[in-house]
Amino acid sequence: MIANYGYMDGSGEYYITIDTDKCAECRGKMCVTACPKALFERVTDDYDDDVVKIADGKVKDIRYQCMECKPPGHPVLPCIAACTPMALKHSW
Amino acid sequence: MTQKEYWRWDEKCWKDESMDSSDTKIISVGIDIGSVSSEAVICLDGKFYASNTVRTGSNSPTSAKDALKPLLEHAEISYEAVDFIVGTGYGRVNIPFQDKAVTEIACHGRGANYMVGPSLRTILDMGGQDCKAIHIDERGKVTNFLMNDKCAAGTGRGMETIADLLKVPITEIGDRSFQINAPAEPISNVCVVFAKSEAMAMVKSGKTLNEVLASYCKAMADRVTQLLDRIGMEKEFFITGGISKNRGVTERIEENLGIKAVKPKDERLDAQTAGALGAALFGFVLASKKGSKKDTRKGQIL
Repeated sequence: MIANYGYMDGSGEYYITIDTDKCAECRGKMCVTACPKALFERVTDDYDDDVVKIADGKVKDIRYQCMECKPPGHPVLPCIAACTPMALKHSW
Repeated sequence: MTQKEYWRWDEKCWKDESMDSSDTKIISVGIDIGSVSSEAVICLDGKFYASNTVRTGSNSPTSAKDALKPLLEHAEISYEAVDFIVGTGYGRVNIPFQDKAVTEIACHGRGANYMVGPSLRTILDMGGQDCKAIHIDERGKVTNFLMNDKCAAGTGRGMETIADLLKVPITEIGDRSFQINAPAEPISNVCVVFAKSEAMAMVKSGKTLNEVLASYCKAMADRVTQLLDRIGMEKEFFITGGISKNRGVTERIEENLGIKAVKPKDERLDAQTAGALGAALFGFVLASKKGSKKDTRKGQIL
């Protein structure tokens, strides 16, 4: 499943996309600890897969939560670097 | 003096009189506690039997009880006979007598698949306070989803607000939005608070109520079409949620997309209950796999 967490508003689209088929195969879920804002949480989804999702209270402001990891010229985001199955994407 | 409630839509309790619950092996219930409406559905051995739609109250436990209790009475099924109860929607975690909570995204996928059939691929759920675009496979399993709940414009609550503001019954908005002489220009604002101001400015500038309604419906359709632009469009396409009953929005979405939304294969099925139906179908599968919960359920409905 492709799970898109985030929102679109007048200023643009801000989504973190998680490919849960790839995510379910990852045992470490290192993205959970890699994110300095603790955006990710580990859950068992509706189809009994062990995956990560964006914590409920943080979906509506991910643009601001992610801001300090996205200075101009920053090479790789910590969550993306930690995601070994390459299941994570940011839309902005 | 009692003020007329223009936002009020019909609450409905219904059962399929052609079915008999007496020789059923598994009775499953789905309860969808949304931000505006709450629905309960009863399935008999995985087949839709009865549904109830009510307005969501001040808290989720009371809303769940208000949706389920009259339905069980109408269907002549005792609470103790129900094998599995699945809760979904915004208030799903606060239903005291549920056996499991499932997200509304998965439930709408499964419920819409039941209503339309295995050829359904894209669902647009237009709820009280959010919109979701969902892709499903032939079994109703979600393959891709996108949600926008950042603000209320493009949602059922936004439509209720406009109905109250313009003093037009919400059930008439769809038809009246087509009683205009020129194509509607959408209201520009994505925020429902500012959209209200813009609607009032249109009235003051001499636009008719129908023209303002058309502009709001057009804005809502354009806004949710953006979700489908991002996630992609796969045929067949179905609209669920309360807004599915407003042709002023649904026909403008169809116009934007260039395709017609499909209807339920059984016209008695209400697209507003798709989430609760999906929850009841999840309940049927869980009861089949893990057994009935009727003897171990802790929460009471009374």
